[in-house]
Amino acid sequence: MSKVSSIASKDDISIVLCGQAGQGIQTVEHLLTRIFKLAGYNVFATKEYMSRVRGGANSTEIRLSAQKVSAFVGRIDILIALNAGAVRHVEGRISPETIILAERAELGGDFDADRYRFIDVPFTETASRIGNKIYSNVVAVGTIAGAFKIEPEMVTSYVKRFFSAKAEDVVQKNLEAVNAGYELGTGLLGSSEIKIDISRNGGIQEELLLSGAEAVGLGAIAGGCNFVSSYPMSPSTAVLVFLAKHGKDFGLIAEQAEDEIAAMNMAIGAWYAGARAMVTTSGGGFALMIEGLSLAGMLESPIVIHLGQRPGPATGLPTRTEQADLELVLYAGHGEFPRIILAPGKIEDAFYLTQKAFNLAAKYQVPVFVLTDQYFLDSYYNIASLDLSGVRVEKHMVETRKDYKRYELTDDGISPRGIPGFGKGLVVVDSDEHDTEGHITEDLDLRIRMVDKRLKKIDLIRAEAVPPELRGPENYKTLIVCWGSTYNVVKEAVTNLARDGISLLHFKQVYPLHERTADYLNKAERLIIVESNATSQFGKLIKLQTGMDIENKILKYNGLAFSVEEVVERLSGLLPAG
Amino acid sequence: MDAKIFDMGEIDIAWCPGCGNFPILKILKQALVELEIEPTNLVLVSGIGQAAKIPHYFKTNVFNGLHGRALPPATAIKAVNPGLTVIAESGDGDMYGEGGNHFLHTIRRNPGITNIVHNNMVYGLTKGQASPTSQIGFKTPVQVNGVFLEPFNPLAVAIALNASFVARAFAGDAEQTKQILKKAIAHKGYALVDVFQPCVTFNKLNTYQWFKEHIYYLDDSHDQHDRNEAFKKAIEPEKFPLGVFYVNTEKATFEENIDVFKRDKRPLYERELDIERLRTLIETFKSSN
Repeated sequence: MSKVSSIASKDDISIVLCGQAGQGIQTVEHLLTRIFKLAGYNVFATKEYMSRVRGGANSTEIRLSAQKVSAFVGRIDILIALNAGAVRHVEGRISPETIILAERAELGGDFDADRYRFIDVPFTETASRIGNKIYSNVVAVGTIAGAFKIEPEMVTSYVKRFFSAKAEDVVQKNLEAVNAGYELGTGLLGSSEIKIDISRNGGIQEELLLSGAEAVGLGAIAGGCNFVSSYPMSPSTAVLVFLAKHGKDFGLIAEQAEDEIAAMNMAIGAWYAGARAMVTTSGGGFALMIEGLSLAGMLESPIVIHLGQRPGPATGLPTRTEQADLELVLYAGHGEFPRIILAPGKIEDAFYLTQKAFNLAAKYQVPVFVLTDQYFLDSYYNIASLDLSGVRVEKHMVETRKDYKRYELTDDGISPRGIPGFGKGLVVVDSDEHDTEGHITEDLDLRIRMVDKRLKKIDLIRAEAVPPELRGPENYKTLIVCWGSTYNVVKEAVTNLARDGISLLHFKQVYPLHERTADYLNKAERLIIVESNATSQFGKLIKLQTGMDIENKILKYNGLAFSVEEVVERLSGLLPAG
Repeated sequence: MDAKIFDMGEIDIAWCPGCGNFPILKILKQALVELEIEPTNLVLVSGIGQAAKIPHYFKTNVFNGLHGRALPPATAIKAVNPGLTVIAESGDGDMYGEGGNHFLHTIRRNPGITNIVHNNMVYGLTKGQASPTSQIGFKTPVQVNGVFLEPFNPLAVAIALNASFVARAFAGDAEQTKQILKKAIAHKGYALVDVFQPCVTFNKLNTYQWFKEHIYYLDDSHDQHDRNEAFKKAIEPEKFPLGVFYVNTEKATFEENIDVFKRDKRPLYERELDIERLRTLIETFKSSN
């Protein structure tokens, strides 16, 4: 195969780094995305990894583009393979156009270089010359930066900053590594082995580079969150870590509980005493919180639950992605009580919806879910900004009078929420059915009034539901329905399809559904739903709420996120030729 | 203050006549009055069971949560508003069985709450099965050949975990129990008071008479700060000592250890979001941390 590779025509390049856990892929990802953004490229990054600390095969994709990019593509333009298993791991994504940058000696005896557009780059040899092969990942950073002609000062200053907390000699060695790599990169350019020409936009420097997990964490802070209690569980832990790290500047208590049962009950106790609390977990951890969820239902306690989905049942695929816990959160908890389920699609959604979740929880005194998944939490891209002008922390809390009754019966079912120590009244809450004061009762007529009071809040909640977002013409013939994290990938796929009469309808509130949902669906001649699960859980929910059946389903449940190409291909298969 | 301040007036109490819960209810009210704790500033947290109904017979703030789950919300309530007096009170099944894990880790966390456990060595509300503290050989409709599980020793466990206050009392002795409760409530960190309480309906073994014959009070010679000595007392095989076994005043409380009250003493509900600080934090994602 030709050794002269050119991807000059592309204004959108996908670089994939692949190696084993412990080889520093995270560092490469972090450095490259930041450096590229500083240099004025739009960037997107996502990763897939095994549930282990060392070894195996993990990969990270970085997309660079002249346009905004926000979705995973299967295509690999440049593969940086750090070990023998790397090429095998992404074999299915390698095309004749893929350029593999790797060190021949690291790829093992059975690697057939002639089958690929392979360029031997001495990452490890260079690192060893500098002093230790552990620097080979930073050499690779330099190589890519050099190949993209990024200003060397920009590269070195960021690398210096990144390692600034380390010892002086470590900083120095990494700088040597990145500079040596940079020369390798420009060498590749000089020999015209790689040509890259993506236009740069200085304005991107001023944009925000945020992961889904960081956006959820920032949204929580913006929602006035000041208490988070959780038990670590992939992929939700990043939110707990974020809040623990930044929380102290915002008077936020972050506590690692002994188990998810404690975490949930603590969070409910915290709301009772006037805090704004959240738990962050995954499906298995949430399973332990369900008893507490039902408690929140009975106490009419606000609670915000961030659930980062991963494939189950049971331990499932701990580091992979899926959208299969929708029915879990929809039906979780014994007894009947209202709830709200939000599912961000864009990074911005994660911020605004998590912020809103706290106000909704406080206003309606119900559990509010923010449903994400591993793909969403671990992906990031640059966004223009986050608008704080609409950020209001709505406490929905009253100073109690002496005769205060926590469960006073009101027309809309919402009883003013007092908290102990604020006012002259007493605040009594009980997991048993209770009277208006909150004390245990077995008055069965009162029971009916209390059930009705709790349930009637759902009408107010529905009236305030976040509307689905329609992308494409109003007079569509085909409507593609999706929810949560698949938004960006389906959006790009629909754009790439470039067919008339197709629109996308994305739901970021999946329960209760917005009142116009059926109208949107009724207008279409053909409905297609895209979901990362095996049984079309959202399709079932739509049928339950609207009576409408979506027969065309694009489902995926192997633990990996949809790629743009995959959605294009499967959509094409469902659409008439043309 | 008058003990009536905590009374609910004419209410139907769900306990059996002669139940050991009645004296505990009365003694606790008296202890709180003597400590001059206002009902509006007190939160009683409980789980589920006969003992866990006690907050409903108390005119104060109440969080009657789930079975076994009194300690996590009690910890959180104290943590977000340390000015409140928080008492987590339930039975032995609730605290040591269903809530066993929370019991262990709440001791480690050391929140400034009082944990009162009505210990009648039997399950009352579910009608007479063994509890974690049931004695070996105790026969029930489920443990038909008699209990053979090692009885849970809450005091030994608490002392092993270096709990900051560990005591045991007996519901049949109002004056001593009140003194122990007052010390526990006044204590700065986590305080455990295990209270022996006869169940007149389901426990015909551990009766008022049986308890009287199997208890004795620790005297002045007991050094409450000697953890080894306290542990020895906690595992004495013949008779059960009563009184304050162990006190560790050097441990910081959970509320003291978390950052949020170091510069600002206000409870969380009085605070507002610092939106400028949030703006600054968001800005850091431009150049990226």
